[in-house]
Amino acid sequence: MNAVLVMIAQRLALGVLTLFVVSVVIFGATELLPGDLASALLGQAATPETLAALRTQLGLNDPAPVRYWNWATGVLQGDFGVSLATRRPIADMLSARLGNTIFLALYAAAIAVPLSLVLGVLAALWRNSLFDRVANAGALSAISFPEFFVAYILIFLLSQSGFFPSLVRLTPDMELSDKLYVTFLPALTLTLVVTAHMMRMTRAAIINLLASPYIEMARLKGLSPLRIVLRHALPNALAPIINVIAINLAYLITGVVVVEVVFVYPGLGQLMVDSVAKRDIAVVQAIALIFASAYVLLNLTADVLSTLTNPRLMRRK
Amino acid sequence: MGVLWFLVLAIACSIPLSYVFRAAMAQVLPHDMAIAARDMPLTAAFGILVIAVYIFIATFAPLLAPYAERTVVGTSFQPWDSTHLLGTDRLGRDMLSRLIYGARNTVGIAFATTALAFVVGSLLGIWAALRGGWLDQGLSRFVDALMAIPSLIFSLLLLTIFGTSVLTLILVIAAVDATRVYRIARSVAQGVVVMDYIEAARLRGEGNWYLIRREILPNALAPLVAEFGLRFCFVFLTISSLSFLGLGIQPPMADWGSMVRDNATLITFGDVTPLLPAGAIALLTVAVNFVVDWQLYRASGLKEQG
Amino acid sequence: MMADLLLTIKDLKIEGRAGEDWLPIIKGVDLTLHRGEVLGLIGESGAGKSTLGLAAMGFARDGCRISGGEIVFDGIDLRKASERKKRGLRGRRIAYVAQSAAASFNPAHKLIDQYAEVPVLDGKSRKTTQAEAVTLYRKMQLPAPEEIGFRYPHQVSGGQLQRAMTAMAMANHPDLIIFDEPTTALDVTTQIEVLAAIRDIVREYNTAAIYITHDLAVVAQMADRIKILLRGEQVEEADTRTMLAAPKADYTKSLWAVRSFTRPELPHASTAPLVSVQNVTAGYGKLDILRDVSFDIHAGRTVAVVGESGSGKSTVARVITGLLPPRAGQVVYEGQPLPPDYRARSREQLRQCQMIYQMADTALNPKLSLREIIGRPAQMCLGLKGRALQERVRDLLALIELEPDKYIDRLPGELSGGQKQRIGIARALAAEPKLIICDEVTSALDQIVQEGILKLLDRLQREFELAYMFITHDLATVKAIADDVVVMQHGRIIEQGPKARVFSPPHEPYTELLLSSVPHMDPDWLTTLLTARA
Repeated sequence: MNAVLVMIAQRLALGVLTLFVVSVVIFGATELLPGDLASALLGQAATPETLAALRTQLGLNDPAPVRYWNWATGVLQGDFGVSLATRRPIADMLSARLGNTIFLALYAAAIAVPLSLVLGVLAALWRNSLFDRVANAGALSAISFPEFFVAYILIFLLSQSGFFPSLVRLTPDMELSDKLYVTFLPALTLTLVVTAHMMRMTRAAIINLLASPYIEMARLKGLSPLRIVLRHALPNALAPIINVIAINLAYLITGVVVVEVVFVYPGLGQLMVDSVAKRDIAVVQAIALIFASAYVLLNLTADVLSTLTNPRLMRRK
Repeated sequence: MGVLWFLVLAIACSIPLSYVFRAAMAQVLPHDMAIAARDMPLTAAFGILVIAVYIFIATFAPLLAPYAERTVVGTSFQPWDSTHLLGTDRLGRDMLSRLIYGARNTVGIAFATTALAFVVGSLLGIWAALRGGWLDQGLSRFVDALMAIPSLIFSLLLLTIFGTSVLTLILVIAAVDATRVYRIARSVAQGVVVMDYIEAARLRGEGNWYLIRREILPNALAPLVAEFGLRFCFVFLTISSLSFLGLGIQPPMADWGSMVRDNATLITFGDVTPLLPAGAIALLTVAVNFVVDWQLYRASGLKEQG
Repeated sequence: MMADLLLTIKDLKIEGRAGEDWLPIIKGVDLTLHRGEVLGLIGESGAGKSTLGLAAMGFARDGCRISGGEIVFDGIDLRKASERKKRGLRGRRIAYVAQSAAASFNPAHKLIDQYAEVPVLDGKSRKTTQAEAVTLYRKMQLPAPEEIGFRYPHQVSGGQLQRAMTAMAMANHPDLIIFDEPTTALDVTTQIEVLAAIRDIVREYNTAAIYITHDLAVVAQMADRIKILLRGEQVEEADTRTMLAAPKADYTKSLWAVRSFTRPELPHASTAPLVSVQNVTAGYGKLDILRDVSFDIHAGRTVAVVGESGSGKSTVARVITGLLPPRAGQVVYEGQPLPPDYRARSREQLRQCQMIYQMADTALNPKLSLREIIGRPAQMCLGLKGRALQERVRDLLALIELEPDKYIDRLPGELSGGQKQRIGIARALAAEPKLIICDEVTSALDQIVQEGILKLLDRLQREFELAYMFITHDLATVKAIADDVVVMQHGRIIEQGPKARVFSPPHEPYTELLLSSVPHMDPDWLTTLLTARA
């Protein structure tokens, strides 16, 4: 067991290191600005005096490592600085939206994960059947559609005729059932896109597994197909399936941006797009850091979980 | 529900069309390729047909389009009629013409971006696999760190900094995607580099350039071509999404993503026109994916037999 | 005699899918097996032995189908029986032992749980089953029989896993066991233990068995009767002693004849050595693979480096070629020390030493034509160009007995295994080296093809005064072609010297173990050996 603890500790350390590097990259990206933040902000209107004043105000006269240190320690305490466009504290702008985005992502994941696992396993078991072919062609098409296309088709089909609202208005005191109802279309859009990916990957992982010699051995021992899947395939399928889920939950992070814009959903993605348009680099940095951290943490969790389900790693010689 | 009927009709037409197209290819092409054409699934034939049509439209856009790309030729949101087959957009420009020019702009920019990402990413990846050691470690860890940021998010960050012009768009997306290509190219090349024939070539003193050109590249080509297809789809969707978000290809250039955004309001009134550019995007990615899927299947099938 | 008939296969036909078409794999084979009888099934790769063995269980792999004939096991027609009925037979009355036990045990479960799976399903108590498992483990001479079952597959060595798998197959005292090359992946010294254990247990329980292998000497120990397959067709069948003494078919005779190839021994070397490996210690990371290894290679002679897996014999080749610079010691070529790293060596130094690899498939670039594969070293090392280069390539093809006009523009994929290995030889020759390192060059080939390659190498050696360093685990090959022998174990040299001296007693204990473990074509060999060792 000690070896496993050491391995998990290594993974966690690597995860923390990755987070650090990611934060450096996100922070360092502003250093690539032609000129600096102050001149970018003021643009044509810059005079040497206003520039100097703004630089002092933003702390741009400090060397980069000091500025990084101030920024990073602030972020760790929940202080993301102020928006360059509105001069409001970024943390205030984020708090409600972060919850909304997480809600939407979890909603989509709750439908997509079980659905795609079942579809993927069935397609693998009945491979080359009509079901498999249709599911595959369908998934391949769904992967090929831009998210906004799926979203607008759903709006066209389900919202225009009045089944579901096409714009999402959330109020803080909403009942959960209402919330689920108004966010149904964005969640369904995300579900469709993610399910296609996840189903294909699950299918590939299971087919790969079913080709292993120990599955043939189980068949030659006269075991029933159900027993083979449950007792011989499934324990070994956990690691690949965990990875498939993690990759796709991470994919949700990207998908959520476009979907939020289509449905005018008050989440982080929409704020990010608005801020990019306004070139509000401070807000963009903050949101990019949140999304990237979620992404890193997801991958880290998957890594640790699949280590824990691997008998070869768990029980060393 | 009219859309659904249209879709069913389109699929019903595309099946015999792909069938005829496949038969025609099997007739016209030289022997080896004709055999491959004869054995390919209908989906792949459909894919190739669609790609060919897109290339044709993109090449001859000025000849095919009834109006100019950027000229206002009517009032805003005119319905479909005989002078404007697909109506006009928010500013009164001809929808069909912009759709046709969009093929040139959107597909062209996506292709250029993918090509750039590919040249940079695959050369670096193969080089890293071949050299190994600290060079490989350094490059790979750097790429790992960049890949820990989701690509759309990273692109958005970079676009905020560098602003939105076609050139920065191409450079930014290419840079972000080059990291993904690097990963694939490196792992494919690593599979080749461990082969004994590479060792034999090294032991007779071949240089890196010969190794890459004659020994590695020919053997890494099949997976890389498939990856090019997938990457193209991905880049194409990313650029379209960015344009849709208003951060990609900028007006007045005709582009499918921003066309959807500009005219989206029509959808809530039950007009399918804004779905057409989105459909054009989807159709091309479906087509490329079908072809790639077939190529991947062929590659794996051949391997099993060998 | 009819009463104890267990398995009858008549005119069996099996096809395999190739794209849209079905190609025949088994083309009408008959087979009968009586209770308690062991049938040896012999054939080269692609003969269809495994497919036939699985068909005896009424089983066809994915992508294969049984298309004709009948399979009757103890009165049950397996082609007509329902899946359910066949499942009831498998693991109970017919069991299977796979070639790679390491891959065929489920990594997620303990050995004893996999043993107990079928008996417990059939209603036996887990406790009784586990007690029986321990008994069988003991009979299979597994170390620590009480505990070994509670380990996971990856915690147990290959030879032990193979025995545990045989024990699992015996769990329900089946009437028939199919052994599919159970010892092919094992070293010779391990192979003996597994063979002995399998033979004893099959005899004790009076189990009938089909023993599939490509190794004649192995099957001679195990089988009562031998059947020979060639490309899906039966060649001949007879009881073991008759078959060994008087094979009838030409194909069988040619199989028997392979083992007879030897070459005249050369007189002792008196000149200075061509290559001298001096006190080499080498390894990866902190691990030493080679420890203080020294030996000489003389011009025009063959040094065979023999050892089991993990002995470090291939690492020696990597040190000589400069792929792995040694930690200590040096490699001296014609009196001059070679730079330890190949990148520091001159073209001329690189040219002098060429390699031929075990797997011709990975040794030849599949995307280059033979013209470039063979031409490139001639161009690089000898500076040949244009017409001279083309002539040289054609000469080399002729030298390895491939017709230049027919083959020069082919790709490796269009050649047979033996032809590919010949191209590997031609590529090495193209640089006009003085030393060629042959790394297990015949192990992946069928025996008849092996002989052709050995003869070719022998002829080239005499023609060009080549020195060979022959790395192999196969002592039969060593006996056939070596002048000098180096025996290695755990990275050290155990014994070295001229072949006659190393191979005649008295031996070092390890050499003795190695030599005595090589199966002979004598059906009594295993019995005699085990009695002698006991």
